[in-house]
Amino acid sequence: MIFRSSRLAAVEASLAGGSPPLPGRSQLQDALARLVRNKGAMVSLAMLCLLIVLAIAGPWFIPHNYEDPDWSAFRSPPSLADGHWFGTDQNGRDLLARTLFGTRVSLLVALIATLVSVVIGVTYGAFAGYVGGRADQAMMRFVDVMYALPSILFVILLMVIFGRNVFLLFAAIGALEWLTMARIVRGQTLSIKQREFIEAARAAGLGTGAIVFRHIVPNLLGPVVIYATLTIPEVVVVESFLSYLGFGIQEPLTSLGTLIAEGTNVLEVLPWLLWFPAAFLILLLLSLLFIGDGLRDAFDPRERG
Amino acid sequence: MLTYALRRLLTTIPVLWVAITACFFILRLAPGGPFDGERPLPDAIRQNLAAHYNLDRSLVEQYLIYLGKLLKGDLGPSFINQDFTVVEQLMIGLPYTLTVGGTAFLLSIVAGISAGILGYMYRNSFPDYLLGIVVLTGLVLPNFLLAPIFQLIFGLKLEWLPVGGWGGGAAVNIVLPVVVLALPHVARISRLTRASMIEVMHSHYIRTARSRGLSKASIIWRHALKPTLTPVVSYLGPAAGFLLTGSLVVETIFGLPGIGRYFINAALNRDYGMVLGTVIFYMILIVVLNLVVDVLYAWLDPRVRST
Repeated sequence: MIFRSSRLAAVEASLAGGSPPLPGRSQLQDALARLVRNKGAMVSLAMLCLLIVLAIAGPWFIPHNYEDPDWSAFRSPPSLADGHWFGTDQNGRDLLARTLFGTRVSLLVALIATLVSVVIGVTYGAFAGYVGGRADQAMMRFVDVMYALPSILFVILLMVIFGRNVFLLFAAIGALEWLTMARIVRGQTLSIKQREFIEAARAAGLGTGAIVFRHIVPNLLGPVVIYATLTIPEVVVVESFLSYLGFGIQEPLTSLGTLIAEGTNVLEVLPWLLWFPAAFLILLLLSLLFIGDGLRDAFDPRERG
Repeated sequence: MLTYALRRLLTTIPVLWVAITACFFILRLAPGGPFDGERPLPDAIRQNLAAHYNLDRSLVEQYLIYLGKLLKGDLGPSFINQDFTVVEQLMIGLPYTLTVGGTAFLLSIVAGISAGILGYMYRNSFPDYLLGIVVLTGLVLPNFLLAPIFQLIFGLKLEWLPVGGWGGGAAVNIVLPVVVLALPHVARISRLTRASMIEVMHSHYIRTARSRGLSKASIIWRHALKPTLTPVVSYLGPAAGFLLTGSLVVETIFGLPGIGRYFINAALNRDYGMVLGTVIFYMILIVVLNLVVDVLYAWLDPRVRST
């Protein structure tokens, strides 16, 4: 496990044994200890790692390619004997290879779109919070406005107009999901900017941009990471949703949403084409959800319901 | 109260204007025009078409013409189904979308709040765990996955309900689309209600009510319900938007002739006029619903009115 260090294990053991906490633990260590004790989050973390490894390394170990047909096996149901563990689709393409590749694409979109949303949200929120006053009012009013609009329609609009381009998809989804991040970051910035080190930076003659990026943004790391983790499953769903409707990832590329759309059409005759991609998507979403919730609980115990 | 509603209305108008303007100019940035087919049209026809749709005017003029027509309730022509204007197509689809969407909205509110209260009353026992499973299903399964699963179970295996189609508005045809559309929101609303009720029941005035010897049911109904519902009401505005995007999928999967399906078809056929018109129509709908929710929220929580 990524977060498990020997010190943490010691902390965990002492806590489990009922002895008082070891001296000198930082807030981060406290939070990590809480996270490690959260079984759901830990299992989910293991599951997520497994999915990531499968998606990245899996395709190399499969004798089939995600786009080349196997001329001897069309529409063949899952079987261990003929080497198509997940079966094949109408074009004789191996579903295991396609599912793993689709997972890879979905994860990639999620990662990049989340990064885009983090960059936009953090920059916007930190500037709004730091500059304050009328600019802050106007910027946050704009966020309120965007909240009210069904922004997925804008993404569809963009995809219709500029063609179904993967990079546009990354940017569009990222541009859709930054609003909550901006709100959270602004709130945090409002409290950080009262602190002495910001005053010191200002006294030293630093410009607004330098203060925001060098002194405020690094202190936002905790909430940003937590919220970004919670954003990832949303982005995965949005990407699948768009791909499902035919506005996202296009042939010959594939994603979990595209595969699910193909599987839905032949649900009655070739059900495995839906079940395997669906299972991967559900596992991915479940594990991301539990990790996000676990992180939030660990770092912000007040939120626990 | 009325001034609050009016003030909210006044802030809503610039929002809509900005959104409409953005959509209009994004659409005009598009490479290629609506009449660029595989075979180039003869010049005379092209000029006539351009004149008819005002495409020969300057961009600013086109924009002003569009805005002017919009104020009169005209969303312009559809470029693919040329026998119908956008508004005509929307009006054909609207009853279906409203029936399914409205029913799903009501179901999410009623089922969500009741489930949340039940979850609170039986917390950490069997009904609450059952609710937890439903909530998790609603949160994790996206509607495009929920729909085929329900179709398979209730339509093909059990043969209780039709897998799709409008069926002349028969109730059995609406059940599956409504449930698929509502389930994620039932999940979120019940979770909100349960958490909010736990918080409210810990407050001092509830302790006072309890110390006066009121029954549990009376405390929940008469004292705790209204404050419990404030976070739920604030979720209803976004929920309306989510229901709308959900209806895109649900109408497509269940073959319902609503606006969502028109929109998807128009987008896949690159019917710019229809896409722009529908997006603007959706935005007006959402903004109005949000306005209603905000006013409702102010009625529930008087503190909001003064800000």
